[in-house]
Amino acid sequence: MSSTDLKIGPHLLGIRGLSREQVEFILATAAQFVEVSERPIKRVPTLRGKTVVNLFLEASTRTRTSFEIAAKRLSADAVNIGAKDSSVTKGETLLDTVWTLQAMAPDVIVMRHPSSGAAHFIAQHLTRSAVVNAGDGLHEHPTQALLDALTIKQKLGKLTGLKIVLVGDVFRGRVARSNIFLHTLLGNEVRAVAPPTFIPPDLAQLGVKLYHDLPSALDGADVVMSLRIKTEYLQDAFIPSTDEYCRRFCITEPILAKYAPESIVLAPGPFNRGIEMSSEVVDGPRSQISKQVNYGVAVRMAVIYLLAIRQGAMNLSEHLKEHSA
Amino acid sequence: MTEPKKQAAEKEGWVRVLDSDEVRRAITRIAHEIIERNKGAQSLAVVGVRTRGEHLAERIAKMIEGIENMTIPRGVVDITLYRDDIAHNPEQPLVRGTELPFNVDKKAIILVDDVLFTGRTIRAAIDAIIDYGRPRSVQLAVLCDRGHRELPIRADYVGKNLSSSKQEVVEVCLSESDDEDAVYIRPSRKPKEGA
Repeated sequence: MSSTDLKIGPHLLGIRGLSREQVEFILATAAQFVEVSERPIKRVPTLRGKTVVNLFLEASTRTRTSFEIAAKRLSADAVNIGAKDSSVTKGETLLDTVWTLQAMAPDVIVMRHPSSGAAHFIAQHLTRSAVVNAGDGLHEHPTQALLDALTIKQKLGKLTGLKIVLVGDVFRGRVARSNIFLHTLLGNEVRAVAPPTFIPPDLAQLGVKLYHDLPSALDGADVVMSLRIKTEYLQDAFIPSTDEYCRRFCITEPILAKYAPESIVLAPGPFNRGIEMSSEVVDGPRSQISKQVNYGVAVRMAVIYLLAIRQGAMNLSEHLKEHSA
Repeated sequence: MTEPKKQAAEKEGWVRVLDSDEVRRAITRIAHEIIERNKGAQSLAVVGVRTRGEHLAERIAKMIEGIENMTIPRGVVDITLYRDDIAHNPEQPLVRGTELPFNVDKKAIILVDDVLFTGRTIRAAIDAIIDYGRPRSVQLAVLCDRGHRELPIRADYVGKNLSSSKQEVVEVCLSESDDEDAVYIRPSRKPKEGA
């Protein structure tokens, strides 16, 4: 199999911009990394001497940990910087922070930032580091969509011709947006169901079918993705109350059994039991939540691996040029 | 000798050094040598290096099973993640995965590859295996040894020693992935296009 025309990189800023072949190449690579985490020695020497900086300027535990474990299982050195530790809190601009980091020559910078477009912005200014967007504002969270896709592929054996339903807060959902780009690219039917305040106004333009009641959205679905209702925003009056949301949109086993009996359920986490999903669903056989965490490490290993070997080789050839001149 | 089926072989400069009967005899002899040296096939496991080593490993394992009337565990190693030239190559190779579906500890592992050249592939393959446990021994079987080692590595079982120049290419064809069993030496193609 030739991979010469399938270059990934130099950055991974979003699902938008990737081709179907590139998505499949990342997933094929990730599928092979699943096994590394099952070995007695969960580490391969591939990225020895490479540095991965996790710059998380917005709170995150699971994504940051997942990237950190992924980098370490590839033998890269992982350095974590959170908002509290960085000079951003002392008034330094993002660009100055990133330039300071670049001077320390990391091969990959994984960044989460509360502003949409932040990853694109720093990528424009970095020449020697690959940037991975680990979530930017309301925009994209590409590795989450990729790990969801790997979970679906490993469970259902295919990634095309599926009916995929997004339930919950699509408006504040960068996970939703990356998944919409990914699944419309792969030729899946994407549906969204939520109270109208959770649906961005131009969602239909992305090729998503909109629903306002759960049963009709779930009808015949293969995959149900539960998006978190961010309870910290409830005072913004997007929904009257969690009770009312739950009565109309909570994913329960009886509803799934009736309308989407074959479906699997994914949730990017964290999730609220009894609000987005019943405990019976979370702990039940449809739930892929722990698999998603497992595949998340593999997908992030694949992304770091693909970007780091390319960036590393380019940096090395620059370095050799400078020193032979 | 049968006519070479491979059309490319008719091109100028290709020399066939092993035909299908010779490949078969080499594999048969290697299987017997393995059993002899290990005094049977107890605690043996046969592991091929992707891709052609995998096919050869399967053939050797089958032959040992036939001779000793027992089943032999087998596996495959993919060395992509263990290469020493990854820092120099911006290509993004497809990782195909290592599968060792048996306990490596205390096994006598027969590592199988098609051609032994610089020794770098074998160094990587040994590292990969050792990440799975502590084998009693690792022995190397190759269909061809073409010399030009860059590391202190040697084969325990060799189908044929070839004298080749470093610029030449040794092509191993196996019916599992090609249309015949044969080994050719050919001149290297001029600069790789596009890559």
